[in-house]
Amino acid sequence: MALRELKVCLLGDTGVGKSSIVWRFVEDSFDPNINPTIGASFMTKTVQYQNELHKFLIWDTAGQERFRALAPMYYRGSAAAIIVYDITKEETFSTLKNWVKELRQHGPPNIVVAIAGNKCDLNDVREVMEKDAKDYADSIHAIFVETSAKNAININELFIEISRRIPSTDTNPASSGKGFKLRRQPSVTKRSCC
Amino acid sequence: SHSAADLLLLGGHRECILSGIMSVNGKKVLHMDRNSYYGGESASITPLEDLYKRFNLPGTPPESMGRGRDWNVDLIPKFLMANGQLVKMLLYTEVTRYLDFKVIEGSFVYKGGKIYKVPSTEAEALASSLMGLFEKRRFRKFLVYVANFDENDPRTFEGVDPKKTTMRDVYKKFDLGQDVIDFTGHALALYRTDDYLDQPCQETINRIKLYSESLARYGKSPYLYPLYGLGELPQGFARLSAIYGGTYMLNKPIEEIVIENGKVVGVKSEGEVARCKQLICDPSYVSDRVTKVGQVIRVICILSHPIKNTNDANSCQIIIPQNQVNRKSGAVSPLSRFVSISDLFAPTDPGTESQIFISRTYDATTHFETTCDDIKDIYKRMMGSEFDFEEMKRKKNDIYGEEEQQ
Ligand SMILES: Cc1cc2nc3c(=O)[nH]c(=O)nc-3n(C[C@H](O)[C@H](O)[C@H](O)COP(=O)(O)OP(=O)(O)OC[C@H]3O[C@@H](n4cnc5c(N)ncnc54)[C@H](O)[C@@H]3O)c2cc1C
Ligand SMILES: Nc1nc2c(ncn2[C@@H]2O[C@H](COP(=O)(O)OP(=O)(O)O)[C@@H](O)[C@H]2O)c(=O)[nH]1
Ligand SMILES: [Mg+2]
Repeated sequence: MALRELKVCLLGDTGVGKSSIVWRFVEDSFDPNINPTIGASFMTKTVQYQNELHKFLIWDTAGQERFRALAPMYYRGSAAAIIVYDITKEETFSTLKNWVKELRQHGPPNIVVAIAGNKCDLNDVREVMEKDAKDYADSIHAIFVETSAKNAININELFIEISRRIPSTDTNPASSGKGFKLRRQPSVTKRSCC
Repeated sequence: SHSAADLLLLGGHRECILSGIMSVNGKKVLHMDRNSYYGGESASITPLEDLYKRFNLPGTPPESMGRGRDWNVDLIPKFLMANGQLVKMLLYTEVTRYLDFKVIEGSFVYKGGKIYKVPSTEAEALASSLMGLFEKRRFRKFLVYVANFDENDPRTFEGVDPKKTTMRDVYKKFDLGQDVIDFTGHALALYRTDDYLDQPCQETINRIKLYSESLARYGKSPYLYPLYGLGELPQGFARLSAIYGGTYMLNKPIEEIVIENGKVVGVKSEGEVARCKQLICDPSYVSDRVTKVGQVIRVICILSHPIKNTNDANSCQIIIPQNQVNRKSGAVSPLSRFVSISDLFAPTDPGTESQIFISRTYDATTHFETTCDDIKDIYKRMMGSEFDFEEMKRKKNDIYGEEEQQ
């Protein structure tokens, strides 16, 4: 079966639950006192989609979103971006549009965009109407789901939908790449001379 | 409002590397930069329109240059030696995970209006008309000696005292002629002048080792380059720092470095003082604490064609030796040309009193070895102990999910 590596980056204000969503997806657990920087480095999970294996390489912000210091490298080569807001905080939905703008400016041109309205378990303190968010997502051709990292609602579905939207053949030149990763030398090869 | 940072850093490329190292070591790090991008002096500029603006060029890039955002133009181009210190830092910190690299395809030298391939391997050198048969044999013996040389193992010295014997005497020992000496000194040891000949040979032998070992890694040349430009390096180390709790702020104008009793206590930005115990910054933030030690002229050219006699290489290094500089060259016809003249600065004092540790300006060398020496020097001034690569290793597991495929 063909294995495809798909870089996914997370965007959205601090505290909306980005890290919790990844944690739920990768480890299937929820930690209410999640360390703001945990898992920031590299999270991976492979899921089967039709006759392919999709290995998601998930980049979390490492807190660099707080002062808007995300570097171009963060977006580079991403197949998809998940922009998260908190349904109980209106302002996190207002700033969503800035994140979309930021992504358009720095992200690859044909990136798949998903919008996640997180903390949908807290329906009684909801500030953002599902319909408003859905309308906005439709207007920018983005995937839309309401999620709860806490109660494991729509987390897997979010990634399945991303798999579905990724072009089936790799048309993204950025991800096919002409570079390589540096590795440690397996053993020091002594140069024998000619 | 915030508690004091252990370490505050301002600007810069090597400042980012140091934030990474210090965060991994458990320091509370705050990093501010007056620019809207990472890397300071040695940033990669994107989109291309910004480069035109930066150099005050009239108009906009011609249509033929395509999309501006597909360009990353390095203000201070430098190579990584494949087996050099910066690669070691990238591997130890695992910042390698965030970056893709390319191997530079070849090294050339400009002579009398033409471009020639610098023989980069012994095989190439031995195949060239540079040497006669007997000299080739002697050169081979010399290279084997260098390959086996280990400064910690006197059995490999063969009568040479690495700290006393001059390089001139080592060449004499192997009976090497002038052409071979020129080639070895400039193309392998990468010296700019011949002053090294009368200095102890250890440094030169280690440089030749670095060159051959770097070349052995990837074959075509000893030089590596990040696929999307050098700006990826500070970004990668900034991410490392952030993962270990470091805080990054771009677009922060710096108004004042606050000193109490001769010692730094904070930095004032936008009317607010961020407190710190130690400060690292590049010379542009502390003009009263640095002296001018030289100048560098840099010219960035965008070419409309591959360079003749480079075999249409996608990437290459072309050395223009000093005595060739004044010639009118017909080798290239640039579409655009960006010229800068920068002063080189060095700190006036080591910073032990003030706890302000200042990096040096980027020099004219073609690779990062002197940059890494500066980083190690700042580390030592700051921490009072020798820099140790082991200190850079990540201290916690931060990979989740499946094992990474190695
Ligand atoms: C056959 C041959 C092969 C070589 N191969 C290599 C190689 O593979 N890699 C390598 O790195 N070097 C190589 N060299 C060395 C090469 O001479 C220098 O790298 C090259 O001259 C570039 O100039 P430099 O910066 O070293 O300064 P030099 O030419 O040594 O500088 C002379 C003087 O000019 C000044 N100067 C130099 N550059 C500038 C500048 N940009 N702005 C202002 N002042 C400046 C310096 O202050 C210096 O005093 C080779 C040389 C030869 C002859
Ligand atoms: N009720 C509820 N709380 C959540 C949910 N997801 C995250 N949180 C909480 O929101 C806070 C911030 O989460 P975090 O994942 O660190 O957000 P980030 O800053 O966007 O990465 C934490 O206290 C989480 O426990 C959720 O789905 N429901
Ligand atoms: Mg987080």
